[in-house]
Amino acid sequence: MIDKDNLWIVIAALGLGSFGLRFVFLGLVGDRALPPWLLRHLRYTAVAVMPALVAPLVVWPAANDGQPDPVRLSAALLALAVGYLTKNIYAAMGTGGAVMLGAAYLPGL
Amino acid sequence: MSRDTIRSAYLRGMRGGGPFILVVVPFAMMFGVVATKAGLSLFETLSFSVVVIAGASQFTALQLMGEDAPTLVVIASALAVNLRMAMYSASITPHLGPLPLHKRALAAYLLVDQVYAASILDYEARPRQSLSEKFAFFLGVATPICPNWYLFTLVGAWVGEAIPPGTGLDMVLPLAFIAMIGPALRTRAHVGAALSATGLALLMAWLPYNLGLLVAAMGGMVVGAEIERRREAT
Repeated sequence: MIDKDNLWIVIAALGLGSFGLRFVFLGLVGDRALPPWLLRHLRYTAVAVMPALVAPLVVWPAANDGQPDPVRLSAALLALAVGYLTKNIYAAMGTGGAVMLGAAYLPGL
Repeated sequence: MSRDTIRSAYLRGMRGGGPFILVVVPFAMMFGVVATKAGLSLFETLSFSVVVIAGASQFTALQLMGEDAPTLVVIASALAVNLRMAMYSASITPHLGPLPLHKRALAAYLLVDQVYAASILDYEARPRQSLSEKFAFFLGVATPICPNWYLFTLVGAWVGEAIPPGTGLDMVLPLAFIAMIGPALRTRAHVGAALSATGLALLMAWLPYNLGLLVAAMGGMVVGAEIERRREAT
């Protein structure tokens, strides 16, 4: 069983630490200009972090015992393609969701 | 700056954050259930989600505490899982940096994966927004996400049962992000960054504490920046 004194230490430390990580640039750099080379890298943070976040989840889904699953892979690739072509987030999400639901409820798939 | 512009930016943000309710609700409930099973009271469970507001690191901390890991190890491991937040902070600074300190502090507190992703993509797609519009959009995205994180942590703790991990529910989170990646791939540099980050994430997935994500993201950023630099040089 989890020790309650330690629990509050952990909650407080994680709260401060997580806030610190989120505040470190936004709070301390603020309005000061960042060097151009850094700005150039930061322009690609979002398009690099998001695929890195989801790639292992899609390729080795825990719900499928970590084994690649053709349905999940197709849902992901189709959602990506539709998002890229239509530039529409909802169309992309709907496509991926439709593949998952279709595979679950259509017989013979 | 007219009130209508701010209001419409806020509403646009809410629409951007809306789909993530589907991600946040099951994840928050699961945390509530796991925390209660580990012996935490309702108040402790809710405090955890409100103070820390970072799902993956909350699960890590809980699991390690359950295994009686030393407190410093628990804290260090759970914070390692959150290192990507410093990258979010840096990446959003050129947009929100001019805000007054208390607003930057609020934005930092709310800077979770989904709020970051939806906001930064909007700022890049519509670079001509004013500072107040950007901040309103940011708060709009956080509105359906963060309060639901608290609320459904509580619901999970209360009900004691998570939404069953049935048919493909695990794909809601990846699909929500993938749907945002497609429209964000506007140049060859974006595509290069995304492809190399994907490859690296798969190659480095064996690293502990989510560090593979960090390596992959940095690798992708370097590739994107380098493609941009070479294109400008020619």
